[in-house]
Amino acid sequence: MRRYLAKRLGISLLTIFGIVVVVFFIVRVVPGDAASLRAGPYATAERIQQIADQYGLNDPMAEQFVDYMSGFVQGDLGVSIRTNQPVLTELLDRLPASLELAAYSIVLAILIGVPLGILAASRRGSWVDNIARVLAVVGSSMALFWLGLLLIFFFAFRLGWFPGPIGRLAVGTQPPTSITGLYTVDGLLSGNLSATWEALRYLALPVFTLGFVLAAPILKMVRAAVIESLESDYVRTAKAVGVSKRSILFVDGFRNALIPVVTTIGIVLGFMLGGNIIVEFLFSWPGVGKYAFDAISTRDLESLQGFVIMVGVLYVVLNVVIDIAYALIDPRIRLGKAVAP
Amino acid sequence: MSAPVPDRSPDFVATEFEGPEELPRGKRMIGMVRRKPLLVMGVTLLVLFVGLAIVGPFFVRDPLSTDVTNTFLRPSRAHWFGTDLFGRDVFARSVHAARLDLAIGVTIALLAMLVGTTIGVVSGFFGGAIDELLMRFTDVMLAFPGFVLALIIVAALEETILNVILAVAAAFVPYFIRLTRAEVLKERELEYVDGARLAGNSSWRVAFRHVMPNSLAPSIVGATLVTGYAVLTVAGLAFLSVGIQPPTAEWGVMVGEGAKDVITGEWWTSLFPGAMIVVAVMAFHFIGDEFAGETTS
Repeated sequence: MRRYLAKRLGISLLTIFGIVVVVFFIVRVVPGDAASLRAGPYATAERIQQIADQYGLNDPMAEQFVDYMSGFVQGDLGVSIRTNQPVLTELLDRLPASLELAAYSIVLAILIGVPLGILAASRRGSWVDNIARVLAVVGSSMALFWLGLLLIFFFAFRLGWFPGPIGRLAVGTQPPTSITGLYTVDGLLSGNLSATWEALRYLALPVFTLGFVLAAPILKMVRAAVIESLESDYVRTAKAVGVSKRSILFVDGFRNALIPVVTTIGIVLGFMLGGNIIVEFLFSWPGVGKYAFDAISTRDLESLQGFVIMVGVLYVVLNVVIDIAYALIDPRIRLGKAVAP
Repeated sequence: MSAPVPDRSPDFVATEFEGPEELPRGKRMIGMVRRKPLLVMGVTLLVLFVGLAIVGPFFVRDPLSTDVTNTFLRPSRAHWFGTDLFGRDVFARSVHAARLDLAIGVTIALLAMLVGTTIGVVSGFFGGAIDELLMRFTDVMLAFPGFVLALIIVAALEETILNVILAVAAAFVPYFIRLTRAEVLKERELEYVDGARLAGNSSWRVAFRHVMPNSLAPSIVGATLVTGYAVLTVAGLAFLSVGIQPPTAEWGVMVGEGAKDVITGEWWTSLFPGAMIVVAVMAFHFIGDEFAGETTS
């Protein structure tokens, strides 16, 4: 176990190092003058020179890289050109908003994907199964920005059931006392129930947009994994000794399908870290995705670079956590034996 | 993973005994629709879209011509999808966009597949240090969501259609490397590989002439899915004003421009091009999913 952990962590550190290298070079070694790209199209020659000096863009590439890398290991992702604030601080300020949106979306996706996947697998070829499969394809073909726009049009503008896309709370509403940064939780903790309710109403449409799209891969994976375990020898044996159908489906079928499901949730989280740029932009959600969008539209490459590195590192860390969880669940993995995919 | 389910429908049994050639074509088609409804749906949609992309632009209005006297017309017989802020015909723009988006999607998928499968064969067949290095590299690339990777590449480059294609293709290359490598690892242990070696073929020739063709199936299915995802990625980037820019007739650009109109009630400028994206991507996914179930899972 210890050797497995050490190897896993070693590879992860290497991957994180690789992420910083790749992003750094994509952003710097591009054709074109880095300083004038950052300064924008209307900058004066002095401003360009100033930026080049400030960011050390005229230093040799190796020197720039060592500078960035030594900053990175000390938790410094550079300074935003737009706001002159440290990129890491700005990202951390916006992280709770994204986490709140992400958490509710994933929960919704699991609530849709898991039961429907089990149901579809247990009645393979039936109309339930066909509906589930069509839903999975529609979900994975869905353009987040279009679905979000449709929901805004119908449920916010036409029907007025939910607030329009203006962020986490109505203009003028005071956010609840900050404890976790998640408004729905903070509202509950500080007894400010009206804030929780309002935050939930603002969450509804973006959460549904992301949740529907994220449910598709979970649904597909649960269906395939449950089908596979229902066809396995241990299920045949369970049937032969007279275990009830329901118990086979939920105990043998679903429990053995859990590992691929956990993997998929990891993949889904990774996807969301990118997809939330679109959703946060559409709903003016003040999270890291919106921050990345603002960085792109103002050509603030330092901030964008910080965002992309953060996404990559979060993804690696997430996968380590998932892998360790597997090793704890499944002894075959920690002993390094081959496991059927 | 899951074995194909034996189909017990009567016409399937008939084809087994009589051989598929002896059934009249009509009956065979009906059997197909019943057995694989999603595949048939996907192929039908794909044929419609490809047809639209090829011949459609010859029959519709100019996608860029503006008409200030006819802005924001509702969908009607004259303008099927209505007109936008500049009086441009939304239907004409959507049809021209079909050509551009499908061409971009297919190019991205083919390019990514070409590069990815080649690297995958080298990595899987030769193994050793090259393999280790390439795998660590794909680990890094796969740590970014494809969308984010494409985003930062396009943002750092000049925003031309060619750069968008290269950036999105680069984001999908690691996927094909992994798919092909896994397949090559299985193939290279088979007897025909030893046979090819004994017959005096060089390693490179064995790798690319013998092993590679036998390792392509999952990547070809994967390419169908990737075409769909590529269209979504390109449109998503364009929606964020990254990459393809207005006034180009492109679905993501159109939804992005039309998003503002929704607030004032003009839903048609964004609804129709968005629906085109989703249905086109669905066509690829219906097909890809059907085969992905048979080859990989």
